[in-house]
Amino acid sequence: MSTTPILEYLWIIPLLPLLGSAINGLLGWKWPNKLVHSVALGATGLSFACALEAVREFFANGQQPFRKEFFDWIVAGNFRAGFDLQLDQLTVVMLLVVTGVGFLIHIYSTGYMAHEEGYFRFFSYLNLFMFFMLILVLAANYVLLFVGWEGVGLCSYLLIGFYFLRKSASNAGNKAFIVNRIGDFGFMLGMFLLFRTFHTLDFNALFAQAGPLPSEAMGQFGTLTIACILLFVGATGKSAQLPLYVWLPDAMEGPTPVSALIHAATMVTAGVYMVARSHVLFMHAPTAMYIVAIVGCATAFFAATIGLVQSDIKKVLAYSTVSQLGYMFLGCGVGAFSAGIFHLMTHAFFKALLFLAAGSVIHAMGGEQDMWKMGGLASKIKVTFWCMLFATIAIAGFFPFAAFFSKDAILFAAFNAEQSGKVLYAVGLLAAILTSFYMFRLIWLTFFGKSRFDEHHVHVHESPLNMTIPLMILAFLSLTGGWFALPALWGGKNYFADFLSPILGSGEAAAGEAAHSLEINLSIVAVVAALAGLIVAWRMYRKDVKQGPSTGLHKLLYNKYYVDELYNAAVVSPLMWLSRNVLWKLVDVGVIDGTVNGIAHGTSAVGDTVRQTQSGNTRSYAVWVLVGALVVFVIIFWPVLKPTLFGAVR
Amino acid sequence: MSAQVIIFFVLAALAVLAAINLIVQRHPIHSALSLIVVMVALAGLYLLMGAEFVAAVQIIVYGGAIMVLFIFVIMLLNAGEEERTNFSKLALYGGIPLAVAVTGLIAASIVNSSTATALPPAQPVTLTSTRTLSHLLFTEFVYPFELTSFLILVAILGAIVLAQREN
Amino acid sequence: MVPTNYYLMLSAVLFGLGIVAFVFKRDIITIFMAIELMLNAVNLAFVAFSQALGKPDGEVFVLFVIIVAAAEAAVGLGIIILTARNRRSLNVENVNLLKL
Repeated sequence: MSTTPILEYLWIIPLLPLLGSAINGLLGWKWPNKLVHSVALGATGLSFACALEAVREFFANGQQPFRKEFFDWIVAGNFRAGFDLQLDQLTVVMLLVVTGVGFLIHIYSTGYMAHEEGYFRFFSYLNLFMFFMLILVLAANYVLLFVGWEGVGLCSYLLIGFYFLRKSASNAGNKAFIVNRIGDFGFMLGMFLLFRTFHTLDFNALFAQAGPLPSEAMGQFGTLTIACILLFVGATGKSAQLPLYVWLPDAMEGPTPVSALIHAATMVTAGVYMVARSHVLFMHAPTAMYIVAIVGCATAFFAATIGLVQSDIKKVLAYSTVSQLGYMFLGCGVGAFSAGIFHLMTHAFFKALLFLAAGSVIHAMGGEQDMWKMGGLASKIKVTFWCMLFATIAIAGFFPFAAFFSKDAILFAAFNAEQSGKVLYAVGLLAAILTSFYMFRLIWLTFFGKSRFDEHHVHVHESPLNMTIPLMILAFLSLTGGWFALPALWGGKNYFADFLSPILGSGEAAAGEAAHSLEINLSIVAVVAALAGLIVAWRMYRKDVKQGPSTGLHKLLYNKYYVDELYNAAVVSPLMWLSRNVLWKLVDVGVIDGTVNGIAHGTSAVGDTVRQTQSGNTRSYAVWVLVGALVVFVIIFWPVLKPTLFGAVR
Repeated sequence: MSAQVIIFFVLAALAVLAAINLIVQRHPIHSALSLIVVMVALAGLYLLMGAEFVAAVQIIVYGGAIMVLFIFVIMLLNAGEEERTNFSKLALYGGIPLAVAVTGLIAASIVNSSTATALPPAQPVTLTSTRTLSHLLFTEFVYPFELTSFLILVAILGAIVLAQREN
Repeated sequence: MVPTNYYLMLSAVLFGLGIVAFVFKRDIITIFMAIELMLNAVNLAFVAFSQALGKPDGEVFVLFVIIVAAAEAAVGLGIIILTARNRRSLNVENVNLLKL
């Protein structure tokens, strides 16, 4: 079948937000809000429409993966990295999530940011982010993916530091970018290693070469394992896993829609996408996959523990994001790539909803983010409350909401994993209990109990429609999003895994009868775990509670295990010392300035010396003339003089 | 030793002694007269080598015109004895070694030069006829000849300009 | 028959003496005379080679040297007269307007 229009012009999907960004950024500084957001929403909305159309054509073509090389970007010898875009099943999922959720968040932002300075700047950056993220998901080679990767990092920096007049915000932006950079270093090393081994970075070509290779053994650190580990380091930075997660909680300095879009639904999932895209390589490197699983599981648990005691509503959600990303990596690490991507999709729905709803709460409270200063809001902001409740039930993993299916798939795969499966499962389950607990703690503290704020100073009001409608849409998706992958045992068809199987392979082993009952048992355990968390939270927080003193374990958790302080002392301070004392004082001032100044002084000194010859004394001039004549004479007569002078010695 | 060699040594000694006298004397007039002696000695040496025209020109132009000019200038300026002032340090400490070096090097190169062997074996001295010289002067060397006449013109003009009193 | 080398050595010695005079004398006119001495030494060398090689070219060159020396003496002495008149002294160390 001939390729139909949109797919030929696949580049229009990322280009539209870029145009919107450019127009708003360059021309929008004096425009009224309406014009700015019309441009931005128009760009994103059209992009979403084009994405839908592209997906429709994809299905019409019988789900044939589509790839087109648009122009050569880097051509060096035999290596070619072009602006190549591709569309296959995995891309379809990511594309729809990015454009769809992105569009909803853009709509929400028109309400949330309505009274902010720099309205045009916000939408310009947001559109720019969409452009880079779309490049990332549409890329057909690692180089172009990396362009998108770096670009979203840049936009993250710009948006976190949106309120740049606040020192804490600009610091947070710096932190995000720098920590990401460390991860990117690993990513680049991984790319170099892959290039050296396979001489190409194009996905199809690379995976075709890697596919037939023998798999490396567990514990063996062969080329593929090392490359995969390096790529995963990059994913650790971008997707905020241990040890490079520290930027994500600080990133809450940015406006809430930014937290929703970038730090929940899209950018942070880029790492998971990259790992899933590279699954051919990972499947050949069990050691790397094991590391991925362990890091993901540990992060899930670690972040959940920190989230238990936070008082800032956005910080709880931030640690929750880190924790859920850990789940996604756990899924990929045990080979259940489609489960990981599935959780990515459902997480995008409910986490974006959580952040947007939190934004709505903050908006209602006039900017207050401390949960201990909230309370009793359920009756006052009904729509926000119900949407947030939906999302919380979803994230806790109750049937039939979205995360039940996705989290379940991951935990089931973990249980069946060859290496340490049971341990991974146990920790993952524990993290699920904690997730349920801290999410319901959030609900109780925020929406129930007595109002812990002064009602006369804070006028609690529901958010306008342009904020609540996206909330409702996302709530609907949080409920139904899981129904794409009903496991066979429920009588449904795992559409999702089947859909992705041409790309991701059937990672999950074919389930037998024994596996069926195991799965049912595990699902029940998961629901029980979620209930347990809910009940504990209810008992602790339903009555009027006060924030107690922070001691012992609580203090440790509240201060995030002092990780930031540790990094500061171990990495940042030595680096600063090195920069200040060695690189600045020694190298820059001493060597470089010294050399330049030294040359100047040297020239000056030489000039001073040579000046002596110009004494104004005629007779010394005469002598200099003589000296010159002598030199010329010696030079000309050297062949004759040499035997004379040295012949006498011999 | 043939007569020529003796005559050579006599004239050479005369020239060297006169040159040393030039250095040693304090009054410029004495130095000028010493220089005339040098030139006459050299003219004698030219004759010894058979260059009669050159010898004649040497005495007429050099001795008769240039040195007379020198003496006139000395008279005009009322030059007196040199004052004893301090030497330029550089000249004192650099000059003698320098002079010795130059002389020595030239001498060394003369002694050891391969051109000495490239010289044809010594022939008896033949007189160079003026006719040969003038032939060369007007054929091979006509261009430098014309240029030097131009040079003399320039010198004359320069001398006239310099000697004018400021009006 | 006088070997050419003798003439050349004499020429070198006269040249060296000219240098010594040039460097050590303080009277401008004497210095000028030292230059003439050097020129004469060179003339001797030319004539010696001319005789040794049997060609009269060297002597032609000597003529040129004498001509140039004459021109130079004329102009140079003119300059000396002017300088000496201005400074009322013949000491070369007084010609030092370029001294810092």
